[in-house]
Amino acid sequence: MKNSSTTATPHPLEDLVRMDRIPHIWCSGCGTGSVFTSCLTAIKQSGIPYNQFAMVSGIGCSGRGAGYINIDSFHTTHGRAIPFATGIKMARPDLKVIVFSGDGDLCAIGGNHLIHAARRNMDIIVICVNNLTYGMTGGQVAATTPFKAKSSTTTLGNPDTPFNLPLLAYAAGATYVARWTMLHARDLTDAVQTAIARKGFSFIEVLSPCPVNFGRRNREKSLDTLRKYHENTIVKNGAHPSELDVDFNKGVILGTFVNVDRPTCDEVYRKMYWPAEEPKEQRKTG
Amino acid sequence: MKSHVLTGEHFINGDEACAEGAIAAGCKFFGGYPITPATEVAEQISIRLPQVGGTFIQMEDEIAAMTSILGAAWTGVKSMTATSGPGFSLMMETVGLAVVTETPCVVVNVQRAGPSTGLPTQGAQADMMQARWGSHGDYEIIALAPSSPQEMFDLTITAFNLSETYRTPVFIMSDEIVGHMSEKVIIPEARKIKTVSRPRPTGRKDRFLPYKPGPNGVAPMPAIGDGYNVHVTGLTHDEKGYPVMSVETQKEMMARLLGKIRNNLDDIILTEEHRLEDADIVVVSYGVSARTAYTAVEEARQMGIKMGLLRLITVWPFPEEKIRSLAKRVKGFITVEINMGQICREVQRFAGLTPTYLAGHPGGAIIPPEDVLKIAKEALA
Ligand code: SF4
Repeated sequence: MKNSSTTATPHPLEDLVRMDRIPHIWCSGCGTGSVFTSCLTAIKQSGIPYNQFAMVSGIGCSGRGAGYINIDSFHTTHGRAIPFATGIKMARPDLKVIVFSGDGDLCAIGGNHLIHAARRNMDIIVICVNNLTYGMTGGQVAATTPFKAKSSTTTLGNPDTPFNLPLLAYAAGATYVARWTMLHARDLTDAVQTAIARKGFSFIEVLSPCPVNFGRRNREKSLDTLRKYHENTIVKNGAHPSELDVDFNKGVILGTFVNVDRPTCDEVYRKMYWPAEEPKEQRKTG
Repeated sequence: MKSHVLTGEHFINGDEACAEGAIAAGCKFFGGYPITPATEVAEQISIRLPQVGGTFIQMEDEIAAMTSILGAAWTGVKSMTATSGPGFSLMMETVGLAVVTETPCVVVNVQRAGPSTGLPTQGAQADMMQARWGSHGDYEIIALAPSSPQEMFDLTITAFNLSETYRTPVFIMSDEIVGHMSEKVIIPEARKIKTVSRPRPTGRKDRFLPYKPGPNGVAPMPAIGDGYNVHVTGLTHDEKGYPVMSVETQKEMMARLLGKIRNNLDDIILTEEHRLEDADIVVVSYGVSARTAYTAVEEARQMGIKMGLLRLITVWPFPEEKIRSLAKRVKGFITVEINMGQICREVQRFAGLTPTYLAGHPGGAIIPPEDVLKIAKEALA
């Protein structure tokens, strides 16, 4: 045992993972782990000290992300990662605050917080793992489930229209909007790195397979989903957010769609409200 | 350093006094959402916080307001929100997160009559049981009930001190009448105001256990960025803060959460006694109702009725030992509260065979002292 641990090369991200919590709960074939890896890689490559980051998750399979990263990390209530992150950011604007959670958490139960954080240009990074379903509870219909797709609560097919999440984030005022799939690991890592380096509300949607609870009901094995991610996607940076419906028959558009500068919520607040002569008391930089 | 405490005599309402109390206690973050009759707390503190290097943010709803103050608390600052019944209901799930993650914060509920939208501009005290049991699961909570604008100031400081000491949310259960009533409020010099801040950990960062209780049952609390790499979760967790889905861990965690309150009752429970020494009838009351109860006691004494007042400044945890010991020597208890019998039930639980009565009202008005006297006369007849 001692021998093998001294000879084995440690995983390059080991310093960012709570190794004492491995194995993780994600199913085999799940895409969440890949998204998580891209996110951790971006944090590492940013060169920013780890104690300058905080990660916040809500509830769900991807919501477990905060439990595995070895930085100050918060696993909150269902849908509320963004307001928790808002509290952190407004009280300590020097921190890089990353929200890592799922589509159900961020865009259904937490949808109100998403649009308002975007409107305010809250300086946080939202990584939305979109698996098109509620994975943890067994695959119920979500606000992202494609029209007619099957779920445990729409056994004859989804009668509803899903959200186009980049359009939603853009319309609400997000200043950085991108979409990738977990298969596009390099692009995704770059997107997270860009978001870390910039200021403002960054929304990154990542399509990610849930073979166990979505794929199974829709005759799609993990590899089939990956093939779709590979073959039926089109990278089109700058595409208008209204073109971004998730429809693999037409081809799903990936890329960076919005990247604009606008003063952030904390910057404007301090500029307008804090007296100019006031020393910025107790704002430590860690 | 210049003090930001408004030392001196002021004529302000309870809501404003509450905001000043928060400033004096060292509050640096308020996440709010407007609601009658608590809005003035937010309005006042939105002006005051930036003056002291603090931050006010009006969130998109009460769920967000409550959640934002937890995020802020983990950066090491004292944080707060204020609301009334409907908003209090929306905050309840997050209150549970604050309890289980041992996150200090102060939540003000300026109560109005319910249920539902009820009487938005008229007072009540009918959220008292919601304050105790409103979030799911078992837990202990601290709730204070101010009777005057002066106490809105004083008890807001006490609330912050208790929340920092015990790493727990503390409720200030005010009501529309106290919130909107203007009276003289004396704000002492800053150096005479006792404030408490949560202990921060020291020592080896890699071995730190964020939920391993210290001497008073509470663990020191690191802030984000201190380098302790804490994991904070609403799942059942061990002393390291890691989720463990076992019956044993649940038992240990619950013992810790309940113990830190139950083992420190003497420090947490604040009561005031008035003419209790020789009382036959004890009036139990809190908040605005304690004022009418006080008048009732004075009038009863003039009529030769030996009435005394036990005023609950801390309503939760409930002073059950006090009721038990009084029950041994008095002829009856009358609970005076603007609801249909909430704290009255608690009195009943500990009064044994001693009769208990309610001077209650469904909300929108105070309890007239005559109601209390009438019940006392019937009880003694
Ligand atoms: S249920 Fe689906 S999303 Fe959840 S871990 Fe399993 S595969 Fe991943």
